[in-house]
Amino acid sequence: MTSLPISLTVNGHRHELEVDPRVTLLDLLRERLDLTGTKKGCDRGQCGACTVLVDGKRINSCLALALSHDGAEVLTIEGVAHGEELHPVQAAFISHDGFQCGFCTPGQIMSTLGLIAEGQAGNDPERIREGLSGNICRCAAYGGIVEAVLEAQEQLAKANRRTAA
Amino acid sequence: MRDFDYIRPTSIPDAIAAAAEPGSAYLAGGTNLLDLMKGGVTSPERIVDISRLPELNRTERLDDGGLRIGALVRNADLAHDAAFAKDYSAVAEALLSGASAQLRNAATVGGNLLQRTRCSYFYDTASACNKRVSGAGCAALGGENRLHAVLGWSDACIATHPSDFCVPLVALDAVVEIEGTRGRRHVTLEEFHRLPGAAPQRENALEPGDLIVAVRLPAEAASFAANARYLKVRERTSYAFAVVSAAAALVVDDGKIRAARLALGGVAAKPWRARAAEAVLLGADANEATFASAANAALADASPSGDNAFKIELARRIVVRALMSAQAGTPERLPALPASPFSSIPGARHDA
Repeated sequence: MTSLPISLTVNGHRHELEVDPRVTLLDLLRERLDLTGTKKGCDRGQCGACTVLVDGKRINSCLALALSHDGAEVLTIEGVAHGEELHPVQAAFISHDGFQCGFCTPGQIMSTLGLIAEGQAGNDPERIREGLSGNICRCAAYGGIVEAVLEAQEQLAKANRRTAA
Repeated sequence: MRDFDYIRPTSIPDAIAAAAEPGSAYLAGGTNLLDLMKGGVTSPERIVDISRLPELNRTERLDDGGLRIGALVRNADLAHDAAFAKDYSAVAEALLSGASAQLRNAATVGGNLLQRTRCSYFYDTASACNKRVSGAGCAALGGENRLHAVLGWSDACIATHPSDFCVPLVALDAVVEIEGTRGRRHVTLEEFHRLPGAAPQRENALEPGDLIVAVRLPAEAASFAANARYLKVRERTSYAFAVVSAAAALVVDDGKIRAARLALGGVAAKPWRARAAEAVLLGADANEATFASAANAALADASPSGDNAFKIELARRIVVRALMSAQAGTPERLPALPASPFSSIPGARHDA
């Protein structure tokens, strides 16, 4: 099969590419765009390490054909910080030890951004755990992750109040 | 993954014409299909990407009071649609008890109906599987089969259907709207999925090229809104398929059951409508004794297909729990752990 054209906006940068139809969004990000922050864990939709936001929604990039997302806006872990300034979710993961080895962390953070945007969990730890159950952490840093999400939500709410005022 | 042609038709007729060619497969959310393709379980020669077809991503109220859900509506969008979740709470609860948030953002209504079994021998291409290769035999019979079917199975296949969504849908008389090379037709969800018999490779009523365009809920489905629940036993708290699940919906008036719906998941090759149990419930007093009789009726024809006799008793208990939970009333807000027996459910005993 010959390659087909695709246009993707990744972290604000537009890319015009030719891709084999078999290429997943995950492989395109890592192998073609050298954005290796998005991790390939199971590659079968079971671990969540490959989580990115596509048009604002979190999905498993390993179970998405790149061609199927022609024209989409993608946000990966590389696009989350503002220059040298960490996003509040990133900062909270550090201050609460929300990781150990760090392999699942990009997926955890992207999933957290999706969770906060969905607005379903509030500050209920049980709803946060349930909302992040698609992200496996084999170091079992789950306690720190939930604390990080709670704090990040609080920081973001404060920042929003400042903006509103 | 095997090489394939990729096409993205812009109309339903073009999609159907393309998919009617042998070796074709529709792609929507891709959450099941890409997994199967990576494992070599299925190897389509042509992918027909329908994910952007117009018209299929809307939910609309019908003139007769029913609801028509487009086949491409995402699981998460449907479950979080406030009006939908209010009228069909058990369906929303089932959706939110399935998979993960990431998968629910991608997975579609139509694709959920068509997801393949999670039988590990079906996934393992080195094992015999009649569903994957007709006539090859069934490695699950006599294999690791504690999670396999206890109703409607055959010597050719003991796999279960993995859907949560389909369980309340079949209880509520959902209808599948299908468009094919010969026009549009409606098939009840109860008739849509097939039992394995001697031909487990035929899983549903679709013919080559057939496209699910919508799922309809009849007007009556909303009449259970105040007393409907979905309960699901899993081997871990979240992000797992059902060992056994049940959708229960009641209309109770002055202590008497005026209408009742019951369906089971994780027990058969299709979402299992328990009509014999509904007959027991109808007109009876709404109490635990009645629910236990209904549970016995629901599992009367059950038999183990291997090391899974425990699922029969587990199913009886989850039926009683689901009915008690439905009687206690649909919660204002879904619990933090949707469908979990470990959530606090008013009126339901955790040791039932």
